[in-house]
Amino acid sequence: MALSREQMAQWVANELKDGDYVNLGIGIPTLVANYVPPGIDVMLQSENGLLGMGAFPLEQDIDADMINAGKQTVTARAGASIFSSAESFAMIRGGHVDLTVLGAFEVDVEGNIASWMIPGKLVKGMGGAMDLVAGADNIIAVMTHASKGGESKLLSRCSLPLTGAGCIRRVLTDLAYLEIEDGAFVLKARAPGVSVEEIVAKTAGALRVPDEVPEMRF
Amino acid sequence: MKGFDKRVESYADALAGLSDGMTVLAGGFGLCGIPENLIEQIRVMGVKGLTVVSNNCGVDDFGLGVLLKDRQIRKMVASYVGENAEFERQLMSGELEVELTPQGTLAEKMRAGGAGIPAFFTATGYGTPVGEGKEVREFNGRPHILEHAITGDFAIVKGWKADRYGNVIYRHTAQNFNPCVAAAGRITVVEVEKIVEPGELEPSQIHTPGIYVDRLIVGSFEKRIEKRTVRTAA
Repeated sequence: MALSREQMAQWVANELKDGDYVNLGIGIPTLVANYVPPGIDVMLQSENGLLGMGAFPLEQDIDADMINAGKQTVTARAGASIFSSAESFAMIRGGHVDLTVLGAFEVDVEGNIASWMIPGKLVKGMGGAMDLVAGADNIIAVMTHASKGGESKLLSRCSLPLTGAGCIRRVLTDLAYLEIEDGAFVLKARAPGVSVEEIVAKTAGALRVPDEVPEMRF
Repeated sequence: MKGFDKRVESYADALAGLSDGMTVLAGGFGLCGIPENLIEQIRVMGVKGLTVVSNNCGVDDFGLGVLLKDRQIRKMVASYVGENAEFERQLMSGELEVELTPQGTLAEKMRAGGAGIPAFFTATGYGTPVGEGKEVREFNGRPHILEHAITGDFAIVKGWKADRYGNVIYRHTAQNFNPCVAAAGRITVVEVEKIVEPGELEPSQIHTPGIYVDRLIVGSFEKRIEKRTVRTAA
């Protein structure tokens, strides 16, 4: 079975380390916050200028001046700090954020990522995604392995305009966890009940399959 | 003696001198921390052909979106421009020029502009459509692109509290681009919720020092919320 959105978030949450500063993109990455394992403390960075994003507010505590990068009303947790957009991207660009998790349309064996525009469709903008992929060392791209029509999104060369070049080394899909090494995807783990053959069939870019490919556990 | 007293009497005074074809930098992220009354004053003035630099362009009936209806904006420099039907229409029809800029690069362009740095190299955007046609240089084995600073004829800013000297404090995440914008305007206009007596603001807590501020006005704000998300008590 392919992973659900929740399982993908849960898998990423298990990669968090105590004391990590983490930026979570919109969509599945946002769900990661719901699965932070007990005993682990992480500080969420929201690129509009908030380090230490907390839960959504109670109705009576809603504050128009307190939002996250998805423009949702949020709170600040204990230990939070708030700063300007220039400062926010200084810490991103400067490599101070320990882990960035973001969605993608396509990734390729060179570590390129496409996540912001589809030619011919309305382009709304890249927001902070280009800065995040250029600035972070440790990025997990979270995406579906193939389109609904079965076309692979793990390619030898991205077909869509890039968000960043050569910056992705870790990819979690609904079928597998892969790392990118020396111009190939390396299959590191597979979703429960998903066969290596299915992953091979749905990966268009070069793929190395080790002798043992462990199944993910939830 | 006016001295360092930056206060002006009216919104008309606040934006006096703004004219067709100028570049206006605007603070805010989404609808949070936007100078809503100064934007409304630009609408009332009817100036046209503006280049507007702001992270977003408001929604159809609020924020910078209200300047689209009478085609007051010629060119928009922003990182994300969704949530606005009229914007999309003008973009598709070619009436509006848009320069999409990565959010951190946009903030840094204005920070640099205010700090007298004409351009800077960044890895952001290299190998993407943003990097096309820009000078590339390698630093520490990594390619970077040259990005130019941005300054504006006017900067419009939303603060929380200020004193008459133009020292400004922002509230929560309504800070966002406002300090970057404030420093990069030839004429910087700040509207705030409250003007307090000199000495009330702790000098070490000032976000935007008064040296950047030319005009200051107190307004009242709708503070519209774009995405209202709540939790229920456990």
